[in-house]
Amino acid sequence: MKLLAIETATESCSAALLDNNEIFSINEVAPRRHNEIILSMCEQVLAQGQTSLSQLDAIAFGRGPGAFTGVRLAASVTQGIALGQDLPVVPVSSLAALAQSAFESVQATQVLSCIDARMQEVYIGQYKFNVHKIMELVGEEKVTPPNMVNEEVNDKCYGVGSGWKTYARVLQETMGKKLSYDEELYPQAEHVAKLANVYFQQDNSVSAVEALPVYLRDNVAKKPKNKMVF
Amino acid sequence: MRVLGIESSCDETAVAIISDSDGLLANKLYSQIELHSPYGGVVPELASRDHIRKLGPLVKEALHDANLELAKDIDAIAYTSGPGLMGALMVGAGFARSLAWSINKPAISIHHMEAHLLAPLIESISPEFPYVALLVSGGHTLLVKIDAIGSYRILGESIDDAVGEAFDKTAQLLGLPYPGGPQIQQLAKHGNAKRFNFPRPMTDRPGLDFSFSGLKTHVLNTLKELQGNQQHSIDEQTRADVACAFEDAVVDTLRIKSVRALEQSNAETLVVAGGVGANKKLRQQLKEKLAKKGMEVFYPAPEFCTDNAAMVAQLGLLHLQNIAQGENPQGLQIKVRPRWSLESI
Ligand SMILES: Nc1ncnc2c1ncn2[C@@H]1O[C@H](COP(=O)(O)OP(=O)(O)OP(=O)(O)O)[C@@H](O)[C@H]1O
Repeated sequence: MKLLAIETATESCSAALLDNNEIFSINEVAPRRHNEIILSMCEQVLAQGQTSLSQLDAIAFGRGPGAFTGVRLAASVTQGIALGQDLPVVPVSSLAALAQSAFESVQATQVLSCIDARMQEVYIGQYKFNVHKIMELVGEEKVTPPNMVNEEVNDKCYGVGSGWKTYARVLQETMGKKLSYDEELYPQAEHVAKLANVYFQQDNSVSAVEALPVYLRDNVAKKPKNKMVF
Repeated sequence: MRVLGIESSCDETAVAIISDSDGLLANKLYSQIELHSPYGGVVPELASRDHIRKLGPLVKEALHDANLELAKDIDAIAYTSGPGLMGALMVGAGFARSLAWSINKPAISIHHMEAHLLAPLIESISPEFPYVALLVSGGHTLLVKIDAIGSYRILGESIDDAVGEAFDKTAQLLGLPYPGGPQIQQLAKHGNAKRFNFPRPMTDRPGLDFSFSGLKTHVLNTLKELQGNQQHSIDEQTRADVACAFEDAVVDTLRIKSVRALEQSNAETLVVAGGVGANKKLRQQLKEKLAKKGMEVFYPAPEFCTDNAAMVAQLGLLHLQNIAQGENPQGLQIKVRPRWSLESI
């Protein structure tokens, strides 16, 4: 099994190559420069794993939620590569990848992933570790003001993501739990790859043109109310 | 040689395939007009979201139409990298660069306006250099002298609103839906041209620049005055009269400056491109006036006038033929240039 993964939904930009049990990965916190470096990151991880594009079985990408431009970059790059090589695509939630990173870093098995969504909102999702050794969604992913978060968590749940940097106090007060957290973790391509590996075995892949972002926030434009135009 | 072209700079997603020996093999376009219509103009985030949904399927359709396979039959990917909406451009650029990398072929970045200027070359009967192009669209109003491929001089441009924008905003004032150009043309047909006389901005002084925001304000003031007098809403005939006066003012202005541009630059052929080039009154007036002066006006087919990918593929082909041996256009950086001057090419 060989799989190339990319993740550009947050400030971190990353690419990873999964080759059976081995993972080669690169990541860099590079706000607004993802577009300039993502393809060369792909080339570097392929070189590290001495793998060519034509040997891949699938492409995986972080499908969001996250920064709109970043999530779309991942989708468009994925579509381009997958179409060119006629490869299936495995979309992975960026919140799930973030939860997976918490397992890898501190062996957390219950995680509340929370990404700052700007405009006083967060993207949030609760995950638990399952028999396939990956993080699995509990309930649903949402975009919500931090003081309206109504996840039911127990004391062992671990918080991760940029949402904790901005809103740790609000989140803890709202849920009535003083959870430990790490606000410095990002969703990374290596975690996308690990999740995608399992999804792919479970037949959860789509065609290249179905590699589409999930934004969660959909009210992005206001209709004019007969206002004057100038 | 075959080039696949991708256009996503504004509110059209388009894909085309062109061959140096067999011409245009596929030309696909999806317009987002309906998506943006309720908002009275293009909403950038919605545009980007739609591009990413439509681009892949259009590429597949184009290949299917031309009966070609990507890796085997396509020699380069050309894509619009500017000017245009940042997010919209990024979708096309990310897709195109990655696709090119994936099939190990060159990716060629294209200037949207240069593609418009050279669009007439797609067709079998095309104008000869030098020519002057009048580029009139939702985002641009330009008079450009084209001496050869790659040699462009901007003779004049709008110092404020683009002419298509003026059509769209005026239409909104008249309660017409977006895009306003065709709506105004339709309404103006029933108008009395003698009732109002609107200014022809900047025609009374030398120079080739345009200004349309004053004309738009003139429409607004006229409507306000009428409303004040009538104490009720403006009747259909009056709206038609205003539309007619506006259209006449714009068309006259474009004609006067186009003729001036041709005379000043010793060219005899005018090429009209961009969505406003579809305007019937404009076409007729230019044709008559230029014929009298022994000059010629050339309209690319409507599908090559507005945003399309055929022009992108075509310019890509021209660039590909000029890529020096050993040169590597296969850079890995995905870059867009939302603002990109034509003269800096
Ligand atoms: N018959 C017409 N008369 C006048 N204006 C028209 C007519 N048909 C279309 N238009 C105008 O043309 C514009 C659309 O043109 P086009 O699609 O070439 O440009 P765009 O995509 O808005 O901008 P650009 O190419 O500058 O990025 C709109 O403003 C529309 O109102």
